Amino acid sequence: MLRISPRVNQKIAWAFIWGGGAITVLILVVIIGYVLVQGTPNINLDFLLTPPEGGMSGEGGISTVIVATLYLLGLTVAILVPIGLGAAIYLAEYAPDNRLTQLIRYGIEVLAGVPSIIFGLFGFALFVVALHFSFSILSGALTLVCLLLPTMIRTSEEAIKAVPYAHREAALALGATRWQVIWRVLLPTALPGIVTAIILCVGRAIEETACLFVTMGGCKSMPTSILSCGRSLSLHVYYLATETNNIKGAFATAAVLIITILIINGITNLLSNRFQRKMKGAT
Amino acid sequence: MTIYNGACKGGKLSVSNVNLFYGEFQALRDISLEIPTCAITAIIGPSGCGKSSFIRILNRMNDIITGARVEGSVQLDGMPIYDKNVDVVDLRKRVGMVFQKPNPFPMSVFDNIAFGPRQHGTHNRIELQEIVEKSLRQAALWDEVSDKLGQSALALSGGQQQRLCIARVLAVEPEVILMDEPCSALDPVATLRIEELMRNLAKNYTIVIVTHNMQQAARVSDMAAFFMMAEDRAGVLVEYGTTSHIFTNPKDKRTEDYITGRFG
Repeated sequence: MLRISPRVNQKIAWAFIWGGGAITVLILVVIIGYVLVQGTPNINLDFLLTPPEGGMSGEGGISTVIVATLYLLGLTVAILVPIGLGAAIYLAEYAPDNRLTQLIRYGIEVLAGVPSIIFGLFGFALFVVALHFSFSILSGALTLVCLLLPTMIRTSEEAIKAVPYAHREAALALGATRWQVIWRVLLPTALPGIVTAIILCVGRAIEETACLFVTMGGCKSMPTSILSCGRSLSLHVYYLATETNNIKGAFATAAVLIITILIINGITNLLSNRFQRKMKGAT
Repeated sequence: MTIYNGACKGGKLSVSNVNLFYGEFQALRDISLEIPTCAITAIIGPSGCGKSSFIRILNRMNDIITGARVEGSVQLDGMPIYDKNVDVVDLRKRVGMVFQKPNPFPMSVFDNIAFGPRQHGTHNRIELQEIVEKSLRQAALWDEVSDKLGQSALALSGGQQQRLCIARVLAVEPEVILMDEPCSALDPVATLRIEELMRNLAKNYTIVIVTHNMQQAARVSDMAAFFMMAEDRAGVLVEYGTTSHIFTNPKDKRTEDYITGRFG
């Protein structure tokens, strides 16, 4: 058997760990760097404010795409947050520890692991076809809600559960009702965590392509209502890259997308740090 | 014993033949005692004898523990508090509670004190300001925090936080204040300040305090109840009487052994 001295052993382990870390960072830097280097030179006010032209050339800007993306995100959040928060409050505060609750939790776990294209197919069958919403921002948003609910529920449930038990007791002892405890103590205290959950979901919504492909239609026209079809940023990247010759435009759009995601992640980190500090008692 | 003054007369809480169960486990057995108005009643006894469980019976805080069950009768001014049509929210307004560890909400000092009144329907800013100032003055905290009302309550020291919690209870204008080892997380100086405060509050409020500190019980209380664990681990009331009586001339051998420090 091959014997390695502890010293060499240590060095090999160190090399593996260090190498793993370095490769991870390198991949990240290369991808983001490449997209930004390729894309940013082509981003200008004109690009952001003109609509895409369509056709094989794929010329034009991304104004309608930005509007459609905002529509989509706004609608998704408006539907996602009340449902997700309601479920999180139920699971954190009301759900008895029984079979039904276990089943709900199991369902959430499973949903979190389902690939997004499956949600897309489901959304297509239910919202686009059965409910006659056709290819629209509404269908896309509803599909995203299904996709993001597990994340929203689990993350905000954790935030609510992280509120110390002593706060619940204190509020109850002051004669607060159970609902007042939730509304006046638990939710305000857990708010930074809940905001983190929402931003996390917005981040994922903005990245999502596959499930929107089959629910939102991908038309390039300016959306006028939630029943208009539309094209989100990530979908636009997909179209430009696969159906046109405008690879520059694809990279520029991708750069806009990545910058947005970086900003969203930055805000999330900031908020969750603040949340941690608040929980530890500093101001 | 000079514990009754002015409008404060007679008994406030009347506990008779109370048993407390957590599921199958009996935590308290056959507790009966009369808690006088406008006085401090200390609940003393070794760890695990059910002192905290006992005062949580008085504002029905045990209700939130699944499997907790109370038998027997507890009356507040003659009203049976475990009656079906008693509103727990109303009861807890009348019987406030201060906990072992200071537990201010992660909000401003002002919002902490205003929490109770807001829950019960006071939203007028000027009214709230009056309540906040009055409660903080009563809790001997006003001078220290009057310029920090907008700051987080978590930035206060432990002793200040505990007085804030007392002020928060006072803002609801309760009749009874339950205190569950309110000084056990505090240093001696802060402890003394709370004790002084308790003596002042006892002029107008009925206070029930759980303490494992014999000196504290002797210093602040008018009445003392000595609890102990029976062989089956259920808490029982061994002796109840005026504090001077319990500490100088206990009837029960076990009480004497405990207060002289022979066990516990």
